[in-house]
Amino acid sequence: MAELKLPVDEKSIRALKVGDFVELTGRMITGRDAAHKWLLEDFRADVAPFLKDSVIYHCGPVVAKKGDGSWSFVAAGPTTSIREEPYQADVIGRYGLRGVIGKGGMGAKTLAGLGKHGAVYLHAVGGAAQVLARAIPRVERVFMLDEFGVPEALWVIEVQRFPVMVTMDSNGGSLHDEVEARSQAKLKELLARKA
Amino acid sequence: MAATGTYTETFVELIRRASAELPAEVAEALRTGREAEQRGGLASIALNTILENVDLAREASAPICQDTGTPVVWVHHPTGVSTRAVKADFEAAVREATARTYLRPNAVNTLTGANTGDGSGRGIPFMHFEEWDEPRIEVRMILKGGGSENVGAQYKLPDGKLGAGRDLDGVRRAVLDAVVQAQGKGCAPGVLGVCIGGDRVSAFEASKRQLLRPLADTNPMPELAALEERILREGNELGIGPMGFGGSTTLLGVKIGVLDRLPACYFVTISYMCWAARKAGVSIGEGGELTWLS
Ligand code: SF4
Repeated sequence: MAELKLPVDEKSIRALKVGDFVELTGRMITGRDAAHKWLLEDFRADVAPFLKDSVIYHCGPVVAKKGDGSWSFVAAGPTTSIREEPYQADVIGRYGLRGVIGKGGMGAKTLAGLGKHGAVYLHAVGGAAQVLARAIPRVERVFMLDEFGVPEALWVIEVQRFPVMVTMDSNGGSLHDEVEARSQAKLKELLARKA
Repeated sequence: MAATGTYTETFVELIRRASAELPAEVAEALRTGREAEQRGGLASIALNTILENVDLAREASAPICQDTGTPVVWVHHPTGVSTRAVKADFEAAVREATARTYLRPNAVNTLTGANTGDGSGRGIPFMHFEEWDEPRIEVRMILKGGGSENVGAQYKLPDGKLGAGRDLDGVRRAVLDAVVQAQGKGCAPGVLGVCIGGDRVSAFEASKRQLLRPLADTNPMPELAALEERILREGNELGIGPMGFGGSTTLLGVKIGVLDRLPACYFVTISYMCWAARKAGVSIGEGGELTWLS
């Protein structure tokens, strides 16, 4: 198991392959539906430095405000990524993202974008809200909280050994496509069996 | 009718248990699955993470998953119990459980997109009442997450593309197709609640009710017991695995019920329950004594 420090350079990202298990340490940002749309409506210069050479996490966290006014993530599992399919490749290209974390995988447009820009899709374990929240020791700051609400805001977070699987890489590999093709073939075989 | 408050605290505790404490049998099935996966592979790492998460949630009394789902509730009650009062108490309990973060505010106004903020809303929680002869009240619930709800499906037999006729082999074909369509997106490994027959109203409710059955039970109808076993085996041969990473742990259980149907209709209805197969139950005796059900 490899530890990957964020921010990360293109070469290290291009070395990652489908099936790799990595643990992320460093700074990243969350964003889901509202954030992706907003990031493309205009170039958001204040947020851009947090995206450059880092990763965006598709996550709608449960967040607690502590006594000293700081925030902490209470539950923070991934949300379904495919909803960002129309935007993702462009967000990667425009802001220089090196990766996306979510669940369920993404489509052909994103896969092409990963290859073009040198980025990967990282799959977090769906539903593992407690394990993943514990890998987020600190919330640094938040963008668009009032406008988007807690789940949709862009949270800048510090992660420590945040566990993810590479399921789409920058060489056109997609574990999701592989597993789907294999299971379709197997289904055909099962349906050919007699009652 | 306003909440009487009689049952509210009990229901808050019921919800806490459902949200934070994965049934032991589900954890056991996940452990069995982990043994079958190749050590160090993605499937086994995913199951390790899941099992670690299950323990953390229980210790912290915190939600197993941040999507705490829709509470779907079945109440059996003796004659004379006010179902309106029980419903009001349960709704109050959902709001209180949300305030205590056992639940996430999970109800969204469909037209405006605004979160209701307190976990309750039109049709949420979903409650089903039935009178029975026993003197006690029994409340059983599941928390049904959104990702897995999205991969549920309803088939109409015959289905030419699947070669599925109006018989149990047709049912098998439809259910296996649904598992392939779902891939890992419903947070596999999952439990399938299936209803054969019924109509588009009754069948989804009946399919969810199947999810209350213990994983290890045997269907009292031998033909359905055989079908459950076969779909479980074949579903796991599909190789989808935890999270769709590939592997032999795709389904933890298959539970099939049957309703009678209209001559013209033959539905196969599938509710997919994610690995976070959260359920809980309580029996409330005549004198108010509580027995927690697993
Ligand atoms: S499908 Fe289940 S485990 Fe996955 S995110 Fe939804 S509620 Fe959580």
